[in-house]
Amino acid sequence: MVTTNLLATLVPGLPLFGAVVIAAMRRQLKGNAAGMLGTTMVVASFVCSLLLFLDHDVVSVMHEAGLHQEHPPEGASHIVTLFDWISIGNMHIPFAFQIDALSLTMMLIVTGIGSLIHLYSIGYMHDDARVSTFFAQINLFTFAMLLLVMGANFVVTFIGWEGVGLCSYLLIGFWYTTPAYNYAARKAFVMNRIGDVGFVLGLAMIFHLTGTLTYTEVFEKAGSLSTPVLTGITLLLFIGAIGKSAQLPLFTWLPDAMAGPTPVSALIHAATMVTAGIFLIVRSSVLFSLAPITQDVVLYTGLITALLTASIGVFQNDIKKVLAYSTVSQLGLMFVALGLGAYSSAMFHVTTHAFFKALLFLGAGSVIHALGGEQDIRKMGGLKGVTKITYVTFLIGTLAIAGIPPLSGFFSKDAIMLAAYERSPLLFAATMLVSLLTCFYMFRLLFLTFFGTYRGKAHAHESPLTMTLPLMVLAVLSVIGGLLNLPHIVGGHEPMKEYLATAADGINGENSDMSANTEWMLMGLTTVLILSVIVLAYNRFAKKTTLDPEADDLPLFSRLIARKWMLDELYSALIEKPYGWFSNTFFSVGERKLMVPLMENTGRWTQKAGKAMRMLQSGNMSFYLFGMVVGIIVFLAITLYGG
Amino acid sequence: MDGIITAIRVVPLLDYVVLSFILFSIGMAGVMFRRNTIIILMCLELMFNSVNLLLAAFSAYHSDPGGQVFVFFIMLVAAAEVTVGLAILVMMKRNVDSVDINQLNRLKW
Repeated sequence: MVTTNLLATLVPGLPLFGAVVIAAMRRQLKGNAAGMLGTTMVVASFVCSLLLFLDHDVVSVMHEAGLHQEHPPEGASHIVTLFDWISIGNMHIPFAFQIDALSLTMMLIVTGIGSLIHLYSIGYMHDDARVSTFFAQINLFTFAMLLLVMGANFVVTFIGWEGVGLCSYLLIGFWYTTPAYNYAARKAFVMNRIGDVGFVLGLAMIFHLTGTLTYTEVFEKAGSLSTPVLTGITLLLFIGAIGKSAQLPLFTWLPDAMAGPTPVSALIHAATMVTAGIFLIVRSSVLFSLAPITQDVVLYTGLITALLTASIGVFQNDIKKVLAYSTVSQLGLMFVALGLGAYSSAMFHVTTHAFFKALLFLGAGSVIHALGGEQDIRKMGGLKGVTKITYVTFLIGTLAIAGIPPLSGFFSKDAIMLAAYERSPLLFAATMLVSLLTCFYMFRLLFLTFFGTYRGKAHAHESPLTMTLPLMVLAVLSVIGGLLNLPHIVGGHEPMKEYLATAADGINGENSDMSANTEWMLMGLTTVLILSVIVLAYNRFAKKTTLDPEADDLPLFSRLIARKWMLDELYSALIEKPYGWFSNTFFSVGERKLMVPLMENTGRWTQKAGKAMRMLQSGNMSFYLFGMVVGIIVFLAITLYGG
Repeated sequence: MDGIITAIRVVPLLDYVVLSFILFSIGMAGVMFRRNTIIILMCLELMFNSVNLLLAAFSAYHSDPGGQVFVFFIMLVAAAEVTVGLAILVMMKRNVDSVDINQLNRLKW
């Protein structure tokens, strides 16, 4: 128990220590020192998580207690209380961590992928003048993300939630000398805040109704709450989730967030932070399972987001923007899974997505690095001969995200699509469309970048080992990631689902009664369609030597998609413009005509009164005495006759 | 002690009140309207003593020694106050070479 507590403290503690030390000594740390220190801290944190994971062998506990029971067995989750944090009246909120299958999974993803990305950043940020600041901030991010996933109550999670939002803001605007990047950072922050309001209101509602914010206690009392109340709570939590996980209508910040350095995009805006919303819903799966209306809302929000952003991805020409829209679309798929109640499938996709999307982003970063900052895929091409490692790993990532068996993406996406098929074939068709679009734009990206002839001017070169090593590790993970949750049909026993079932009550409700034939048929159909889309993309883009036309020259419908369905313009017209009008009106009428004169006259009259009153302070002693006597007489008179 | 009380009671109480009222008014008028600081200090003493007189008279008429005890305290405090006052007076003479109270009018606005 003592070691568990120590390890659980060290996991978030080490990155925090790293952040503080690097921030305090950022002028003393020269060259790679900050990067080495930051990386060491996260790697150490990963080792601690791994030890915790091995120490916390819940699956065997499950086996002993007998599988397929309604609730997770005793000892499946371990609460580590550091100190009593808030204690007011009936409210007791300890600063505590909950170590169970779910938080351990997330901890391993965050620290594991985080370590690789830190290592990569040493190479990528090598020439930057503020490299120490970068590592301090990204270490702080790791700390906040770990708080988020480890918290044993909503409040600790919320601290992490806000912390990752702050770090995301800082890192998107890392190159703050470019105004557009600052604008992107601000957009991300404001959109996240809209979600956070929902989250906080949800917490208030939970506390009001159950009198506690600790996960285990809230979930125990969940059964006694009425369905409308639960629907309200879960909808509010879902608003928080769509802000953080970039779903409709709050997703437009994520593509803009690509303004940050590429490792940041990989870590924060692909692998970890944006999955916080999914984590929150899985964590609260007990509540969501009891609120069918919310589940439908989650399902359709996810689906529409996935379709919309996948279609936008097809027309993007910035290598990172394509990946960003792909991320939003994949997150949408995860929300579809959550809406279907397939929590373990969602978490599985979170994991594999973390592998291959981090890989793709880091690969994109390597390409950008190789071309000296060029991000436009129309000016790339033919790079497979020059940047071999990047090409091979990027290819693996693309195959994984496209869902080619037996790579990791195939299994995780397939699990979601099968869950969709169980609900309705139409839903299956929609998710199929999403994955075909995904496949199309990813191969478009691959072919335009690495195939054909080089269309740019900069001299391309392969990246250093610190950058290619993480690529190789992630490529291996992307290939074998499917083993984590190998479905029964191909001889596995879904170990991840079994593992996660010890943490989240909702997962036990998942059971599939689909026949093996149907499953094989659906898998086959998916694979055939995906392969034909790859051929289509190959014919269209691989031999390309000329540049794509600008968005304005496209036909009407394509132009609409290329302009991101005009969503930014819509938000601008619906929110920004009226808000600006209100601000201006309040400024010209309220401020100028009302407040300013009021303030100024208050001051002016006070001054005038002061000027008159100070005549009393003549400095003449006799006059003061006279005043005193008169005063005493007046007070005497009041006392004697005034009653 | 009894002799003094009897002696005080020879004069009617109202006379004491009137006398001390007159003394007090003279003192107050002096403080307010004279410019010579020495005279102001003297007038202050006059006011103290009018009050003392009144206290002694009431003390005798009410057979309450408390009043007379009070007189002693007031005398003591007045003596201390006069030392401070005279010290200020000396400094004033040294610094502005005058005892005119209206010279000390710079502490204003």
